[in-house]
Formats: sequence, C-alpha cells, structure tokens
Amino acid sequence: MNVLIWLEVGVLDDIPIRGSRRIKHQERRIALFRTAENTVYAINDSCPHEGGPLSEGIVHDNCVTCPLHNWVISLDTGAAQGADSGSTETYPVRVEGNNVFVALPELNS
Amino acid sequence: MKEKLIVIGNGMAPGRMLENLLETDPTRYDITIFNAEPRVNYNRLMLSPVLSGEKNYADIVTHDDEWYENHHIKLHKNTPIQSIDTIHKSVRTHHGDSFAYSKLVIATGSNPIVVPIPGSDLEGVMVYRDLDDVEKMISIASGKGSAVVIGGGLLGLEAAAGLQAQGMSVTVIHLADTLMEKQLDPAAGHLLETAMKLKGIRVITGATTTEIHGTSQVSGISLKNGTRIDCELVVMAVGIRPSCSIANIAGLTVNRGIVVNDAMETSAENVFALGECVEHREICYGLVAPLYEMASVLAKRLLDQPASYTGSATATKLKVSDVDLYSAGDFSDSPDREEIVLRDAKAGIYKRIVLENELICGVVLYGDTTDGPWYFDLLKKSVDITEMRETLVYGQAYQGGVSLDPTAAVAALPDDSEICGCNGVCKGTIVTSINRLNLTSLDDVRSHTKASSSCGTCTGLVEKLMVLTLGENYNPAAITPMCGCTHYGHNEVRRLITANSLNSIEAIMQSLEWNTSCGCAKCRPALNYYLVCEWPDLYKDDYQSRFINERVHANIQKDGTYSVVPRMWGGMTSSQELRAIADVVDKFNIPAVKVTGGQRIDMLGIEKDDLPAVWKDLGDAGFVSGHAYAKGLRTVKTCVGRTWCRFGTQDSTGLGITLEKRLWGSWTPAKVKLAVSGCPRNCAEATCKDIGIICVESGFDIQFAGAAGLDIKGTEYLGHVNTEVEVLEYVTALLQMYREQGHYLERMYKWARRVGVEKIQSVIMTNSEQRAEYVARFELSQSVAQVDPWAARVNGEHHYEFNKIEPKPIRATA
Repeated sequence: MNVLIWLEVGVLDDIPIRGSRRIKHQERRIALFRTAENTVYAINDSCPHEGGPLSEGIVHDNCVTCPLHNWVISLDTGAAQGADSGSTETYPVRVEGNNVFVALPELNS
Repeated sequence: MKEKLIVIGNGMAPGRMLENLLETDPTRYDITIFNAEPRVNYNRLMLSPVLSGEKNYADIVTHDDEWYENHHIKLHKNTPIQSIDTIHKSVRTHHGDSFAYSKLVIATGSNPIVVPIPGSDLEGVMVYRDLDDVEKMISIASGKGSAVVIGGGLLGLEAAAGLQAQGMSVTVIHLADTLMEKQLDPAAGHLLETAMKLKGIRVITGATTTEIHGTSQVSGISLKNGTRIDCELVVMAVGIRPSCSIANIAGLTVNRGIVVNDAMETSAENVFALGECVEHREICYGLVAPLYEMASVLAKRLLDQPASYTGSATATKLKVSDVDLYSAGDFSDSPDREEIVLRDAKAGIYKRIVLENELICGVVLYGDTTDGPWYFDLLKKSVDITEMRETLVYGQAYQGGVSLDPTAAVAALPDDSEICGCNGVCKGTIVTSINRLNLTSLDDVRSHTKASSSCGTCTGLVEKLMVLTLGENYNPAAITPMCGCTHYGHNEVRRLITANSLNSIEAIMQSLEWNTSCGCAKCRPALNYYLVCEWPDLYKDDYQSRFINERVHANIQKDGTYSVVPRMWGGMTSSQELRAIADVVDKFNIPAVKVTGGQRIDMLGIEKDDLPAVWKDLGDAGFVSGHAYAKGLRTVKTCVGRTWCRFGTQDSTGLGITLEKRLWGSWTPAKVKLAVSGCPRNCAEATCKDIGIICVESGFDIQFAGAAGLDIKGTEYLGHVNTEVEVLEYVTALLQMYREQGHYLERMYKWARRVGVEKIQSVIMTNSEQRAEYVARFELSQSVAQVDPWAARVNGEHHYEFNKIEPKPIRATA
C-alpha cells in the first residue's frame, strides 16, 4: 500500500465555489472540489461508471454529477448515489487559514 | 362457420365502416376486400398536403398491411370486381375467380369528371383523385414550369396551392364568376380570389376552356375569349361522378349514384353501399363527414342493430395554408331569408349568417373560422337564435352565460357536438373514452378515438376537453416537477421568476422553498437559463450551473478530450479558412477532423489544456466559436441558392448567413438548428429543422418545429412572407417566443406540440404588436449575448479551467 504524503495545493480562492480544479500528480488524475459551504474535497478524477472526468461535473450539496452519464458521486465517500453502485477513491484534505493541503499517495516512495 | 362479408373498394368510407364493425364484434364476419388500387387504405383528405410536400404517403396511411393481418381481413389489391351475381350471392374478379358472400358492401367511390374538350386525352392532362395522380403531378412539377388547373372548387384550389408549393407557376380557370360558388357567396369568393392571388396563383373566373393544345404532350390551353395560356400540365378538377358501373351491371337501381335507403341497403337483398358512390334521398355526398356517418350506420346494420341514416348537413373547410375559410349549409338568397353580415376589411374578416324563421340555414366565415363548428352545431340542431340575434355574428364567446374563457366554451358544448370534423368524433365520445380507458395523453386520445388524428385543426379543442375531463390530472406542463429539489414545474418557476422579480438562483431557491441546499445538475442549468433569458442585461451568468460543454465552450468526449467546431457562416468557407484549420490540426496533433451534419468542420480529440491556444490560432484566422456545444443557436445550413443553382429562386446562402449573424450567441432552452433552401427541392433539408426557410419564386415559406433526432418529424408551416427583412423579423420573433416559453431542454417541436402550433402561428403571423415586442426583447438580449466566448478565454477569462494545479511539498516547519 502506498504511503500518503501531505502536499500543498494552493489557496482556497484558487478553487471556484461549487467548482473544481484538476491536480497534476505524477500520472494520477485527481480533482479538488469546493462546495457552497466552503468544504474542500479531493477525489480520484474518474467516475466509477466509465471513468468520466468528475472534475468537469456540476457540484451540488456535497456531490458531483458526472458530465458523461449523470451519475451522482458523493465527494465525501466517493460512492455512487441513488440506484447506481460503485466507488472512487477519496483523499484527506486539510484547510489551514486560506491554505489547502491534500494527502496523496507517493507512488515512487 | 362465419358469415362471409365482401367489400368492394378500400377507401375511407369502407375503412371506417370496418373499424366500427370490428370494434363492436370482431368475430362475426369473415371479411374479404377487393381493391382496384394497388394499396392499403389511406386518408384521401390528406392528398393536398402530400402534393404540397408537407406530408408523404407513409404519413397518410390509415391501415397498413399489419392492420389487415391482425384483423384477419383478406385484402386483394389490384383486383377489380367484374360482376356481381345477386341471385347466387357471389362476385367475380377480373381474373375470373368467384367468391361467395352472405353480405356484400359496394364502396366504389367516385370518378373525377373529365371535360370532353379537344386535347383532353393528351399526355400531361390529369385529374386529381388518388395517390397516383399526386405522384405524377409531383414528378411533372419538380420545381418548374406552368400548370393550369381547370376548376376553382375545393379540390381545384387545393391542387393549385400544392402545385405552386412544388414550384410551378399556376393558373386557375373557373367557369363561374367567383371561386367555390357552391360553398361560398360572391363576397367570400372574391376574398378567396384575392388571397389566392396574394399567394402568387393566377385566377381567371367566368372563363370556359375550349381546347387543350399539344401534339402528344400538353403545351397550352385556349379560352373561349381567345386567350391562350402556355403550360406543361393541365389538372381537371371540375367535379366527381359516383362510380356505378358495377352496380349497373348487377342490375341495381342507379340514378346519379347507387340508390340506398336509410339502412344503406341497395335494391338487392343483402347488398349494401356507402360512400361517394351512393345516392341517398336524391343527394350524393363528396365530403368525408357524411361518409363516416354512413359508415357508422352500416356497421350497426351489419350487426343487426337498429340505426338509420337520414342525410347530413355538410360543412367545408379549405385546406390551403394562410387561407381560413369555412362554410356550411345553404346560403342562397330567397325572399323569406335574412342575413347578418360582418366585414372587417383591415383584419381580413368576413362573416355571413343566413337565417330563415330564426334558424340558421347557412354560414360563411372567412379569416376567422373558430366559430364555424358552433354555428354548424346550431344549424344541425335547428336552434332558435332569437335570444342571441344581436350578438350572434360575434361568435360563441359573446353569448350570454358563456364566458370568454375558451375552456368554458368547450364545457358548454353539448355532448353530441362534433369536435373532429375529419373523423366525425363528437364531444361525448371523447369524454367517455377518456374516462373509460383512463387516457391521460393527447396521443392516447388520438389513437383511441381518432379525434385530432387527421388534419389536426381540432387539437386545441381536444386538449381543452382533456383539461375539462381530467382536471388536475391533465396539466402536462405543471404535473411534472422540474426535479427532486422542488414540487414546482418549469412553467410555474418561469412564471414566478417574472412575477416576483427573482433575479438569482439563490433567490429562486429561497423564495420557492427548494428542498436542497443548492439544487442539482437538473435544476441549476434550467434556472440559470431562465434567469439569462428573463434578465439578459442584469443577471450574471452562473458558470458553475452550466454543463461542462457550455462552461468551457467545447464538446466533452468520452475520453475527457474536447472537440472544437469553428463557426462557418451559412456553411460557407474559403481556402484561407481551410488552410488555417489545417495548420491548427498539424500544430496540435489533432487526431480526427470530421465534417458535421450542419455543414461545419469538427476537430476532435483536443486536450482541455490546449483549448485556449487552439482558439487563439483559430481566432487569428478570423474564426469565432461555432457554439456546437450550446443550448443555443447551432448552425444555419444552406444550399447554394440562386447564385449558382439553376433551380434557385432566392439567395438562400446569403439569407442563411444573415440569419446566423443575427441569431448567433443566443442561449435557448435546447439546441436550435436552422436551414435555408433555395427552392422546394429543399437540398438544405429545411423541413426537419427547428426553423426552416424554403425560398419560392414569390418569397419565403417559414417552417418550424421539425426534428430529425430521437424523434423524426417534418416541420409545421408557420407562414409565407415576401421579403428577407420579414423573414428575419418573423424568425426572430418565433425564436424569442420559444426562448421565453420553452422548458429547459425542450426542443422547439416539443414546445410547439405543448403550446399548440396554431397558437404560435396566430401570434407570430398575425399579431404585429406582439411580434415587435418579441423582436425588441431578442435584440436587447443579443446586445449582451453576442460576445465570442473563445476570444474571451484567449484573453484570460476562467483561466483556471485550462490549467492544472501542481502540488508542492510542504516546507518543513521548524
């Protein structure tokens, strides 16, 4: 199992409210979300359905709707909501003041 | 063993009779049909729309092969009957085969009258009766040449309008002094003549054709006064004659038609007749409503139920677009008759009601025909009109006790008043079916009752009946909430945004008590659109409530890459533009380049982060966004038009470009695609678009509400205008009406189906004030909407969309 390493990913204002940013971390696609309540989440940028880029979805409550086939994924747990089943990986996030940190797996370690 | 029922003829009358029969008792008879035509049963009323190109054969089939199979009916196509033996009860086909019957129904219809003048046997002289005639006419017409129609009656005028729509220049020759003199009084006849002339059809009344010229093929005609008219096609539409030869051979009593009594029996036992071939109480009928009444009586009689046919009062409605005409009953002058006349020249309205002993005996309506069925009902029921005489001419809405609300007017109709004239369906039948079969949609009602399934003009009435019968349960707009976040439907939300001046998504959710904190992916884009449309210059677009395609102005693909489509106005391009595209493709290693259905070039497989650079290069070459991703104006497809094409009647390409330049950038409920064709051959396929323009010699036909996607649907005719300026005005008004009324993601054809094609037509084509208001609101919206989103992003807007965050290791803290 990979070791998680805390990384600094910038400030809160870099992420639009009810929006997302994509993180470039080695070969992984990871998405950072900020909800209307200012909670920040980091999850694998890949829908458990067909791998759609969740970072391009519409954010509502603490969920995102995948732009390809409208699956609704919980940003909190990474699990598909409603009748769909499947799950994508989530990563710990820490907001200190205005700074945002994410714990990501260090593949090369 | 079942009784054998043989039917000779397969037109609309026997078709309806069999439907009635099978509905009551599907098992009693073993049914065989002999048809001289090589086809199944089709709706002959709809031949005119086929001729004008609005419909095709498949659209007008009433019973397909499967129907006959499912009902175990043996249909012999192409099989005329040679003789009937009423003694031994059998018929013989022209092949010589003999078939026994226990009951025989003759429904041989009628034949068109050919005027026996010199040249009437030339190639190119035709009648207008069945699908073969129509197909032949279409092949001769093919967008060019001249046609003469002899006969200015109902059929002749519909043929003339159809041929004109096919691109021919048409002259109508009519014997009497005014058109449709059997159905119209001279005043209305003149109004009709003016309307036909405005459509570009030449009309010569009081004229007798003396000769048709030509060697083998028609080349022209001569009139009695010496006038000669050149033409390649002559259509005779002077009337019909009951087709009785088989009845004559069988020795049945025949006058003008096959004589039948009130039970639809001929002079021979077990032999019945119905339709245009019969004469009942010395009258022969040529309209569909009486034939259907006969069908209903005969079906009952064949099942030994009591029923008798006592004759029909007839009403006529002309099926020529832009011309609203209705007549019923008898309106010839006589000393004991009085009349009430209303003329409004400005509005183009003429109404004449003929009274005898305080009863209506005839009515002619021109320009506004909505009250036609009401007058006809008063006529058929011999209602004493003394009480309402003062206001009678203003129509049903002005009568005491009945409010102006059209639904209340429908509620006030008696159960036996006819709603659907084409199919003879009355109010009681529709209401009973809705209740008994639990019908909740218009389509259900159409398929079970046949009401509104032919010409469709009564759709509004049928829907009002559904509202009356189902109440809350039929309110297609309100019944479905927008999404799980609210109980409000799209209509109410739009209404409340306006009524309460709600100007942000948060305000809507707060005021309308949304049950989620910030909506969902269904309602947010809808609310955002409604606000963009309602407050174009005040509302700040919420990009986080847009689908990704509209947020980044490109189309997301299954692998997360994007496709980019630059705008090519009207589908025109140049070597310079193509070179620029080629350079972009090479520079960014774009893996696929495709020509789209809307005449644009699509570059596929572009990484999101490359988009601004791609747009920069395209922008430098003069390209702007093609909005191929937008719920907005997509493309205006065109043909090359008059500039190049030998058939082109107008500058369709130029008009397409002008339309696109006017409409681009506008957000709409769902995508909007246009096309402009330079002639009725319609190479730009305008008749399956949201809005389509067909250029003709006399101007432009505006079509709308077509679809060629999940649903396939030909367009509806909006109206004819004479100039390009008017095209822009009417199309703009139509688009704005749709922008303001459409539910989010509801394509134009679905919107039109929901609010009613006729209603849209009447607003856009006849209400110049409302039209101007729509145009003004659209222009305000465009003043802020026409900003190239690509250029804005090249200049840094939403730059965070197009680059990734690179995480940094945390500095070690001491």
